[in-house]
Amino acid sequence: MSADHDGANLLEVRGLTKIFGTLTACDHIDLNIAKGEIHALLGENGAGKSTLVKMLFGSLEPNSGDIFWNGEAVRITSPGMAKKLGIGMVFQHFSLFEALTAAENIALSLDDGSPISSIAAKARALSFSYGLPLDPDSLVGDLSVGERQRIEIIRCLLQTPQLIILDEPTSVLTPQEADKLFETLERLRSEGKSILYISHRLEEVKRICDRATVLRHGKVVGHCNPREETASSLARMMVGNEVKAVVRAPAEGIETAQPLLEIRALSRKPATPFSIPLKNINLNVRAGEVIGIAGVAGNGQGELFESVSGEVLQQDAASVRIRGKDAGALSITGRRLMGAAFVPEERLGHGAAPRMKLSENLLLSRHATDGKVFVGAGGAVKSGAVYAAAQRIIVAMDVRKSAPDPEAAALSGGNLQKFIVGRELDRSPAVMVVNQPTWGVDAGAAAHIRQALIELARSGSAVLVISQDLDELFEISDAIAVMHNGELSKPLPIAEATFEKIGLLMGGAEPGHAEHTLETA
Amino acid sequence: MDITVNILLTIATAATPLLIAAIGELVVERSGVLNLGVEGMMIMGAVGGFGAGYLTGSPWIGLLAAIAMGAVFSLLFAVMTLSLATNQVATGLSLTLLGLGLSGMMGTSFVGQPGERLPNLYIPVLTDIPVVGRLLFGQDPIFYISIALTAAVMWFLFKTRTGLTLRSIGDSHTSAHALGIKVIRYRYLAVIFGGACAGLAGGHLSLVYTPQWVENMTAGRGWIALALVVFASWRPWRVLAGAYIFGAVWIGQLHAQAFGIPVPSQLLSSLPYLATVVVLVLISRNKRLTMMNTPASLGQPFVPDR
Repeated sequence: MSADHDGANLLEVRGLTKIFGTLTACDHIDLNIAKGEIHALLGENGAGKSTLVKMLFGSLEPNSGDIFWNGEAVRITSPGMAKKLGIGMVFQHFSLFEALTAAENIALSLDDGSPISSIAAKARALSFSYGLPLDPDSLVGDLSVGERQRIEIIRCLLQTPQLIILDEPTSVLTPQEADKLFETLERLRSEGKSILYISHRLEEVKRICDRATVLRHGKVVGHCNPREETASSLARMMVGNEVKAVVRAPAEGIETAQPLLEIRALSRKPATPFSIPLKNINLNVRAGEVIGIAGVAGNGQGELFESVSGEVLQQDAASVRIRGKDAGALSITGRRLMGAAFVPEERLGHGAAPRMKLSENLLLSRHATDGKVFVGAGGAVKSGAVYAAAQRIIVAMDVRKSAPDPEAAALSGGNLQKFIVGRELDRSPAVMVVNQPTWGVDAGAAAHIRQALIELARSGSAVLVISQDLDELFEISDAIAVMHNGELSKPLPIAEATFEKIGLLMGGAEPGHAEHTLETA
Repeated sequence: MDITVNILLTIATAATPLLIAAIGELVVERSGVLNLGVEGMMIMGAVGGFGAGYLTGSPWIGLLAAIAMGAVFSLLFAVMTLSLATNQVATGLSLTLLGLGLSGMMGTSFVGQPGERLPNLYIPVLTDIPVVGRLLFGQDPIFYISIALTAAVMWFLFKTRTGLTLRSIGDSHTSAHALGIKVIRYRYLAVIFGGACAGLAGGHLSLVYTPQWVENMTAGRGWIALALVVFASWRPWRVLAGAYIFGAVWIGQLHAQAFGIPVPSQLLSSLPYLATVVVLVLISRNKRLTMMNTPASLGQPFVPDR
C-alpha cells in the first residue's frame, strides 16, 4: 500500500469468491472503499451484494480472496472481529429481538459490560444528536419498521465504526424518513466515516453516493461515478440490457364502470399483540382499473390482504363484496369461485408449497375453480392437463427453471413469483388482489408482471395491488390509496398523486383527501 | 400443630425435585432449546446418585455423581441437537426412553439395597425453635440448594448481561448469530446446566426422598417439571410457586388415597397435568405477556451458514 494520505483506501477487497454448492455467488470481487466516502453497491436481486457484505461482516467465510483493512491483510472470521476492526452493519432483515427493549437490543451488540441504564442514556443522547429520536425503554415488538431501523442505526453508531454497511436501508422508510437518513449519512461522511450503501433505488444512489460498484451474476461489471450517470444507464449496467418500460394506457369509462371488489367498513382486531388492527376500511375497485395501496411495511397491509383474500373470515359478510355479492364470510376457495384471484406476499409457504412441483402447486390453487379441466370422474386428477397448463404458464411468464416441472423451492424467488402471478392471470380473474407483486424480482421480470397486471385491468377486471415500492405503484396504478396504522386513505387519482403527497400520507399526515378519518374519529 | 409441620415438610420434599428440574429446563428453554429428556436425565441422576452413594458409603459423593450423571447424559442430547441439528422433540423423547431403560439395567444390583440418605440440617437452638425451626433450619441440604438456585437463576437471567444474551438467543437465534453471539456455545452450556439440574433432582429422589433404588422411581416427575416451565410462562418465581402447588397436590393425593377418599387415584394423579392445562388457558388470555416471555425460537434447530 502507498503511504497513508488523504482519501487512502480504508477497505480493499481483492478476488473475493464465495461458492455455495454449484452456485458462485461472488466471483473474484474487487472493491475499494476510500476514507470519508459513500460507496454504492449496485446490482439486481441475486447479484451477490448480500453475500459480499456478509463476508465483509464476518458472517460468511469466503472461499478465496483477500481483504485489506487500512492496508493490512485481515481475515474476518466473525461479526465480533468485524466490530473490533471498526466495521458496523445495519441489516436489511432486521437483526433485532422483538421481546426485548430497544436499550437491551443495543446492549447486546456492545461488548463492554456497562450497565443497561447507562447504555440507554447514551443511546438517547446519540439518537437525538442525529435527529433520530428513540425511546430506549420501548419494546421492539411495539415499534414501527422505521423506528426499528433507527435502533439498528444507533446501535451501529454506538460502536463508533469506521465503515458502516447499510443493506437496502430505505426500502422500509417513507420518503421523508429516507431524507432524514440521507442527512445522517452525509453528516457521518463529513466526520470522516466511510459508508457502503446497498440499494436498488438508483435515484437515491445518484443523490448521495460518491462512487459505485456494480455487480451482475456475482461479478463486478463496472465502477462508476453515479452522479455522472443517469438512472437508466445505471439500470443498464445492472441488468445487462435495456429494461422495457411499462406502458399504461389511460383507463376509459372508469367512472361508470361497476365496482367488482367492494370493501365496506372493514374492521379487524389485532391478531397478535404486535400486529395492527384494521379500522373502518372502505374501498371500491371498479372494472378496468388498477388501484394501488402504498404504505410503510407493517401498517396493516398484510392484515388487509388476509381479510380480502379470505385467509381470515369477517364477522360481517358485507364487509367484502366480490362482483356485487357478499363474500366476507366465505373461504378463499369460495371467493375464488366468485371469480377472484389472490397472490400473497410470501411466496414459499403461502403462495406455493415449497416441496411440491409447479404443476402440483397449480392444482392446489385451482382444483376448485377449474375442477372440470383438472379433475376427472371419481376425483382422479388429470395430471396431463395440469402439466400442460403449468407449461403454458411457464411459457407465458418466461419462467426460467432447471427441470421441466421443478419443485417450487428450486426456483429463484423472482421466477417463482412469475409463476405464481401467471397461475392466477391464467384464469383471467374478474378480481385480482396482489400483495407485493414484484418483491425481490429483477427489473426485467418486474416490468413483465406489471405490464400483465395493467393488461388484465384493461381487459375488464378489477386489480388491487398492495406494494411498498412507490415507483411501481406510480407506474401501474390509476389511483393510489395509503395505509397508515390500520387506516386507509381515500384513493388519490394518479394525475393528482405526487411522491410528496403519498409520502406524507405514509407518515400519517392526512391532507384534505381523507375525510373518512373524521367519520371514524 | 405437628401434623401441619409434617405435612408442610413433606410438601417441601415433594416440591424440591420438581423445582430443581424445572429451573434447569427453564434455562434451557430460555436459550431456545426444548429438551424433552428431563425424565430420562432425572432417572439417570437417581441411579447414578444412589449407586455412587451405595458403593462409597458417602451420600455427598452420591450427590456429586447424580449431578455429573445428568450433565453427561444431557451432553448426548446437546451433541445430537446442537452439533448435528437433529429434531429436538424426537431427540428429547428418545433421551427419556434411553434413560429409563439404561437406568433399569445399571440399577439391577441396587434393587432392595439400603441406600445412604443425606442428613437433614441441624443447627442447635435454631432448629429447635418450635414450628418454624424445622421448616427453616431442619430440612435436607438440597432444599436449600433449590431455593438458592431459583434466586440465582432469576438474578442471572434478568440482571446480568450474560443472561440477557441467553434470552436474546432464545428470542431469535438468527439475529443473535448476526450480532456475533456464539449461539451454539451458549446453548451447549444451557443444556448441560439443565442436565446437571435434572441429575440433582434425580439425586434428591434416591438420596433424600426415598433413599433406595426402584426402577422408574421418577414416576413422571420429569414430565411435570416440563409442564411447570410452560405453566410458569418461563419465569423463575412462578416455577417456584408452581412447584410447591404441584408438590401440595401430589402430597394431597397421597393423603386422599390413604384416607380412602372415594376418588379414583388415576384422577388424583392426573391433577398436576389438569392444573397445567387450566393455567395455560388462563395465561394465554394475556397474549402480550405470553409473547414477551415465550422464547420465540424454542425448538427450532439452528444451523449457522458459513
